[in-house]
Amino acid sequence: MNDAEHHNATTGGRSKLDAPSVLEVAHVDKYFGGFCALRDVSLNVPAGGLVGLIGPNGAGKSTLFSIITGFIAPSQGTVSLRGRPVDTLSPFERARTGMVRTFQVPREFGHLSVRENLMAAVPDQAGERLFDLFFRPQRVRIQEQEGAALVEETIDFLKLKRIADQPAAKLSGGQKKLLELGRVMMTRPSVILLDEPFSGVNPVLIAEIIDRIIELNERGISFLVIEHDLEALTRLVARLTVIDYGTIIAEGAPQAVLADARVRAAYLGGPA
Amino acid sequence: MDAYLAAIVSVTLIHVLLALGLTLQYGFTGLINFGMVGFFAIGAYTSALLALHGVPVVLSVTAAAVVAGVSAWPIGLASLRLRDDYFAIVTLGFAEIVRLALTSEKWLTNGVQGLSRIPPIYEGTGTAAAFIIVAILLAVTAAAIFLIHRVAYSPFGRIIAAIRDNEEAVQAIGKDPARFKIQVLIVGSALAGVAGALSAHYVTYIVPEQFMALTTFYVWVAVIMGGVGRVSGAVVGTAILMFFLEGSRFLGDFLPWISSVHMASIRIGVVGLALVLFTIYRPQGLMGDFTKR
Repeated sequence: MNDAEHHNATTGGRSKLDAPSVLEVAHVDKYFGGFCALRDVSLNVPAGGLVGLIGPNGAGKSTLFSIITGFIAPSQGTVSLRGRPVDTLSPFERARTGMVRTFQVPREFGHLSVRENLMAAVPDQAGERLFDLFFRPQRVRIQEQEGAALVEETIDFLKLKRIADQPAAKLSGGQKKLLELGRVMMTRPSVILLDEPFSGVNPVLIAEIIDRIIELNERGISFLVIEHDLEALTRLVARLTVIDYGTIIAEGAPQAVLADARVRAAYLGGPA
Repeated sequence: MDAYLAAIVSVTLIHVLLALGLTLQYGFTGLINFGMVGFFAIGAYTSALLALHGVPVVLSVTAAAVVAGVSAWPIGLASLRLRDDYFAIVTLGFAEIVRLALTSEKWLTNGVQGLSRIPPIYEGTGTAAAFIIVAILLAVTAAAIFLIHRVAYSPFGRIIAAIRDNEEAVQAIGKDPARFKIQVLIVGSALAGVAGALSAHYVTYIVPEQFMALTTFYVWVAVIMGGVGRVSGAVVGTAILMFFLEGSRFLGDFLPWISSVHMASIRIGVVGLALVLFTIYRPQGLMGDFTKR
């Protein structure tokens, strides 16, 4: 039994589906001019859960991610984190409350090394304040050392040691996906939204990323994952939500959802 | 000749301060500030006016840094809402507004007649005084280099470099890019203010005409030639540009068939050509790639 199967069979996201929601999206609409990108979308991620989000290209998945994380304002509806609405918070404020995202196309800090990319994400560093930089150098130095130790842990965890000093721009697509995962890990999140973590990643590295996600999940971090690789996704998540033309058309256990006729018609190209 | 060399070095050091401000703003953070000369002018007039009213030069130069820095704050707020290219236009417009205000607000600035008999950086005449002034300017520039260096190689520097690479990703890790950008604008503009103040006390005479967009253009050329995002690049690029601009004044003596009006245009043309050649053949500048700062 591999890690993923073991995870689903025992303590993984599946058993936690009854837990209270950590992330709740309620009745979200989004119009771009006259075009309706999302209509009355509601979903929730239980605390410690692993939820997958699938749908054809242009279905509105990434738009929903951007609304949840505050990069785009919804036309209507609310987003709550641990029961509290976050609608008035900007993207960085939402990230600070413990909800972080990765991007479909990796957005690494290309001129910084892998290590510096991770260091940048360490929360609340004194050295990021000009006053402390010049008047409390001791404090800056100590925090920098503490941050560096955490970064080394993450580098070991994601097996990035070999490329730790390379500029992030030089990494392969898969390595950039891992780096983005590492960067959000550094922020001490409670919910991570992954936008296509396996796209452009070779099968060996996919297995690796799955293992890492499961380990993080077992530490109590919840996940919402957009992914087109259904085989990989179903190894990972306990629940699947399907979105098509901006509305949710199915929701539930992966096997049941994938057997749904509407899902097959919309996504898998089968007969309706 | 010694005095002339001291003059070139002095003018160069003053422009190095401007280039350092732009290196922080554009080189490290990616903010396209086409209005450097506006903050230069604000610094010059602030310090000159205060010194003419009896404030010691040390205090008036400090005040120039504060006023120039504070005046960058509203521009910083604008930058939060604007894309890079629009921000560039706003800063360009800001500098023009400053120059027009200096021309029209005669009650304060004496309009196009400008301000004269501004107290010098150091009272005294002759070569010895010139070298003392160079020493003072060197000390200020060294302090500025230390400041920029400290900022660039720090956790703060890491975040502004990250902003230059991808601002949305900075938000995604819970950092507020706006706070960093405003601070960078204020610090860089304060440096430009100090440069302006020192320039006013060095020349002892200022008119609005001295603060044309051409000065901003020269600072950009110096930074691009030296190497964007490198402290050493700001110094080397400015030195080469200033030595060329000052040295080429005498070219007319050797080329008598070219009128002085033509010569002025040729000098600017040569600088423009150098900029084109640099961007084609050495885009990383003389001091190299900014990823290895």
